[in-house]
Amino acid sequence: MCFRVTLPFQLELRSGRFCSHPGLTSFFSCKLFIRMRLVILDDYDLASEWAAKYICNRIIQFKPSQGRYFTLGLPTGSTPLGCYKKLIEYHKNGDLSFKYVKTFNMDEYVGLPRNHPESYHSYMWNKFFKHIDIDPNNAHILDGNAPDLQAECDAFEKKIEEAGGIDLFVGGIGPDGHIAFNEPGSSLASRTRLKTLAMDTILANAKYFDGDLSKVPTMALTVGVGTVMDAREVMILITGAHKAFALYKAIEEGVNHMWTVSAFQQHPRTIFVCDEDATLELRVKTVKYFKGLMHVHNKLVDPLYSMKEEN
Amino acid sequence: MPSNKSVSDAQIFQFTNCRILRSHQLQREDLWVREGKILNPEKLFFDEKGSADIQLDCKDSIIAPGFIDVQINGGFGVDFSLATDDVQSGISLVSQKILSHGVTSFCPTLVTSPPAVYHKVLPQISIRNGGPHGAGILGAHLEGPFISKEKKGAHPEHYLSTFELGAFQDLLATYRHLDCVRIVTLAPEMKRSSEVIQELTRRGICVSLGHSVANLSQAEEAVRHGATFITHLFNAMLPFHHRDPGIVGLLTSDQIPSRRRVFYGMISDGIHTNPAALRIAHRAHPKGLVLVTDAIAGMGLAPGRHTLGQQVVEVDGLNTYIAGTRTLSGSVATMDSCVRHFLEATGCTVETALEAASLHPAQLLGIEHRKGTLNYDNDADFLLLDNSLHVRATYIAGERVWSQDTFTI
Repeated sequence: MCFRVTLPFQLELRSGRFCSHPGLTSFFSCKLFIRMRLVILDDYDLASEWAAKYICNRIIQFKPSQGRYFTLGLPTGSTPLGCYKKLIEYHKNGDLSFKYVKTFNMDEYVGLPRNHPESYHSYMWNKFFKHIDIDPNNAHILDGNAPDLQAECDAFEKKIEEAGGIDLFVGGIGPDGHIAFNEPGSSLASRTRLKTLAMDTILANAKYFDGDLSKVPTMALTVGVGTVMDAREVMILITGAHKAFALYKAIEEGVNHMWTVSAFQQHPRTIFVCDEDATLELRVKTVKYFKGLMHVHNKLVDPLYSMKEEN
Repeated sequence: MPSNKSVSDAQIFQFTNCRILRSHQLQREDLWVREGKILNPEKLFFDEKGSADIQLDCKDSIIAPGFIDVQINGGFGVDFSLATDDVQSGISLVSQKILSHGVTSFCPTLVTSPPAVYHKVLPQISIRNGGPHGAGILGAHLEGPFISKEKKGAHPEHYLSTFELGAFQDLLATYRHLDCVRIVTLAPEMKRSSEVIQELTRRGICVSLGHSVANLSQAEEAVRHGATFITHLFNAMLPFHHRDPGIVGLLTSDQIPSRRRVFYGMISDGIHTNPAALRIAHRAHPKGLVLVTDAIAGMGLAPGRHTLGQQVVEVDGLNTYIAGTRTLSGSVATMDSCVRHFLEATGCTVETALEAASLHPAQLLGIEHRKGTLNYDNDADFLLLDNSLHVRATYIAGERVWSQDTFTI
């Protein structure tokens, strides 16, 4: 069970631009290690805070500016709420600005009016965008009411490409091990497309629609597994005991399309940020190993940088 | 930040650090305003890719819709029932002064007067929007002369009138000009009142029951014909009786159309109604309560003598009586003090107190799609208040029209 692989050849192909950023090569250890990290915090709040600090540091160290934007992939759902709250806090304290950040959300329901309280547009506005200083032109979310849905998906891929690719894609994991709406059985090479939701997902989402299954949308536009794999770095947030089995399948079993998050075992730079409860189905050995590395992991968030110092 | 607004180039204001009254609750949200209307910021963000031009820190104020006073007879020495050649300037003076009380729209009220007064005054009243010049005028409220002798209160007896001969034609002959009339208070027990109520309602004029000795059945009949308001509940009507609740019984009547809501005015100045009575009414029918001032010319002035139409009124502190009597005649209360007194006397929530002075009068007049709420696309008439509901600043159509000297944002 070795998580450190040196593949310099692969690194150049995948992330040529990544290596040319002076800030980043010094940010990690100077060895070209491709690494998967499992960061385990005691509870949801600490996990949310760790993730937010990590994102904050990445943005600030990138030194984004006019014409050189930091591109961030973003999730929805209950898991990232704590992380968004902390990011908003850093912004309101003046430590973090999103002025030169571009965002790309993972997915959006099909057929739900954009101003419906459960649409992902509403979620992102209420939980994040309205509290920060992002330029509305730089906040990209798939349009689930577009007249030509596949064209909308293709255009989204193009926008990501035009933005220079994604620097950090933040995601979550479904109880069925899916990333975004790449339900079990999705191709691991998939791109942004229309997907029919699995029953597991519909059941999990029913709580947002008054528990009425008939009100839950059955289709969504989603980035593909391949789309997220293209990101230079990926951070997956996993909290709660109900996600524990999915986490086990994602990192302790093989790469397979029934648990699409498992694809990220093959990504050059992935961080799984979890709370204790999410590790309940992992082997004790795995958990002990990664907990033992926390002093190393914590160097990524401590010191916590601030844009105030930059000025 | 470059703003790329496709709909309009007008400036966008974002009021921050505040709690706004929306969906019947105080929520920690920002208030966005453009071109005098409340703006939907989410739509602005996603559809227009726009953002705020000017951000204003409201210093943790409460933002509520502007107050609407549907019964105010005058103030600051001005008596709306006085037949002068320059009624407008009197109304303008009052409309400007009440901005500091949080009133952004009102209905100048005329008490029982001889026909000559109506013929002279009404043509000079025009419905107009508010602004820096003063609160908006929604239309006149005519209280009388078609009211009961026994419950005339401060109204002069020899100008009381009936319409039993010609029904609506009699009313028309008395008032003559109805274009700017918004509310008429009458006593429904009067003969042929049903026809009159029907015709007034058909013309879009709100009919209110008051200064009356009607029993509950007569009141219910009036509501079935279109009446929707009760003028200063408890005052100038039969007291509640357990076998005939009278007009007060409308608050819980089951004999009126189910979709019709009856509203009732309350003068919450601590004098017109005992707090216990205020609480009984509020608890019986909270959604119908409309705060009114029923203020008279003496409001805003030192104690002394003033006119109220054809009568002379004596003001002594908060009490206003017909000179030489103990008959209450109007009040010298201000709208914001009524809201505060209502909050304290009923122990209700801040949201409830604010809605009684904004949402409910707007609903009564059927204008809640424009006024009385902070819903998107409504007129941006709003107030900044502190936690004890003192007015810090008043805005009409998004423009600041009054503020305390010590308060700037």
